[in-house]
Amino acid sequence: MFAYDFMRTAFMAAGIVAVLSGFVGFFLVLRGQTFAGHALSHVGFTGATGAVLFGLSPLAGLVGFTMIAGFAMGFFGERLSQRDVAIGMMLSLALGLGLLFLHFYTSYAAQAAALLFGNVLGVDDRALIALAIMAALSLVALAFLSRPLIFASLQPELAEARGAPIRFISTVFLMIVAIAVSECAQIVGVLLVFTLMVGPAAAALAFTRRLKAAIALAVILALVEAWGGLTLAFYTDWPTSFWITALSGLAYFASLASTQRGT
Amino acid sequence: MTALLFDDVAIELGGRTILSAADFSVGEGEFVGVLGANGSGKTTLMRATLGLVPLARGSIKALGAQVTRGNAAIGYMPQNRGPLSTLRLTGYDVVATGVNGARWGLPSLSAAERREIDWALDMVGAKEIARRSLNEISGGERQRLLLSQALIGKPRLLLLDEPLISLDPAHQKSVVETAQRLRDELKIAILFSAHELNPLIHAIDRVLYLGAGKAVLGAVDEVITGPTLSRLYGSEIEVVRVGGRVFVMSGDYDVERDAHRHEEGDHGHGPAHGHGHAHDGGA
Repeated sequence: MFAYDFMRTAFMAAGIVAVLSGFVGFFLVLRGQTFAGHALSHVGFTGATGAVLFGLSPLAGLVGFTMIAGFAMGFFGERLSQRDVAIGMMLSLALGLGLLFLHFYTSYAAQAAALLFGNVLGVDDRALIALAIMAALSLVALAFLSRPLIFASLQPELAEARGAPIRFISTVFLMIVAIAVSECAQIVGVLLVFTLMVGPAAAALAFTRRLKAAIALAVILALVEAWGGLTLAFYTDWPTSFWITALSGLAYFASLASTQRGT
Repeated sequence: MTALLFDDVAIELGGRTILSAADFSVGEGEFVGVLGANGSGKTTLMRATLGLVPLARGSIKALGAQVTRGNAAIGYMPQNRGPLSTLRLTGYDVVATGVNGARWGLPSLSAAERREIDWALDMVGAKEIARRSLNEISGGERQRLLLSQALIGKPRLLLLDEPLISLDPAHQKSVVETAQRLRDELKIAILFSAHELNPLIHAIDRVLYLGAGKAVLGAVDEVITGPTLSRLYGSEIEVVRVGGRVFVMSGDYDVERDAHRHEEGDHGHGPAHGHGHAHDGGA
């Protein structure tokens, strides 16, 4: 399978994205912000379709649009009393706009499907380099942020009293989430971002009760699911995204079963 | 030196006056019960002491210094305890996240920080509790764990916001006794807010009663009297003493009990509140 150039590229791309998604997804689940991550991916759809309409690369549109949305959510999010409603409205507005862009750009069906459900085999070398650079920058930023981010996620009021800049942390974090969502969309598509970002982290938090072990496990699970999905897709000729969702679901439900037995 | 000094403090939030002209001082090593009706400003008073609330007038000094955010000499246990009661993480890991938790970088612990966590857990007898998952321990054990977290940084002033809420009497007693022991062994000043005076009455040195924007600090016998409380509640209050306990009555009903019941049904203190009223059955 590694004899093919496109498979090697796909493995590298999936590996980069899985590591980033595993780390970022862990914090997303810990903070209870998975819905925000879901909404960002839909905003990304609009960004990507809009970018193509104006002759730009879909990845640029994805990253640009989701980062703006992530910034807005982080900056205004703390003050919005009905945060889920606000995010939900933003989500449907974004999808509606995406539909409008599709309407204007009719020869777009194949690319729309790739955006919605992912096309890891379509990643070229240039895209691979872009994914690697963005992932590296995001991970450095996340490492810098991680200590107060964990504290603020678990005990926001105490963290604020201890002098952690809560709003700055949540804004920067959501911008990192935006990048992770954009990268994830390249592999599994905007509709299935949950599978690589939320699935492994949620399973990891159920499998272990230690914080650092859970972070490591989230990354390992994401990597196994992404590479496993690619391998299964290669031998079955079924879609990669399907196999990744299947493995992610399997890990998650196995983790639920393990907690049921444990208590 | 005084642990806490309120000098002519007024606080307004959203156009409502929470405190007007609060003047009192708490000595070092003093255990003060903070009481008052819902919305009388118990939480706001603590948040102001942490430098989180702007003052309309006056000044607050904690341990001789003007209050600022992130003062390590003040330990704090907020009332809103976030998502803690549903987490599967161990108590130890959660206590550890608070150690220098506001500092940038990776969450690694030095040997000295580990020793401090062990010390803090030992102080409240929570070493065993810390090995278990947060969703497996009882409400009382969780309070004890969070109390140990508040001790990290060796504070000289401890602010405990409603640590007894939704605990059964046995657990209430053990939390109060733990706080009492911390005062005795560490000579630490403690502000301990509560809905009811009786669980605290034999442990505290003085009581700080809030109401109608005023704050009155004094011995229980001086403050918990009909005339003083009538002034703070703005209505006729009668104080009944039975066998070393005190009941604050307005007409036919017990004011403090009623306040507590009200809180149970309507805990609207902001988003993501995980008081966990239903989780106190003891694990």
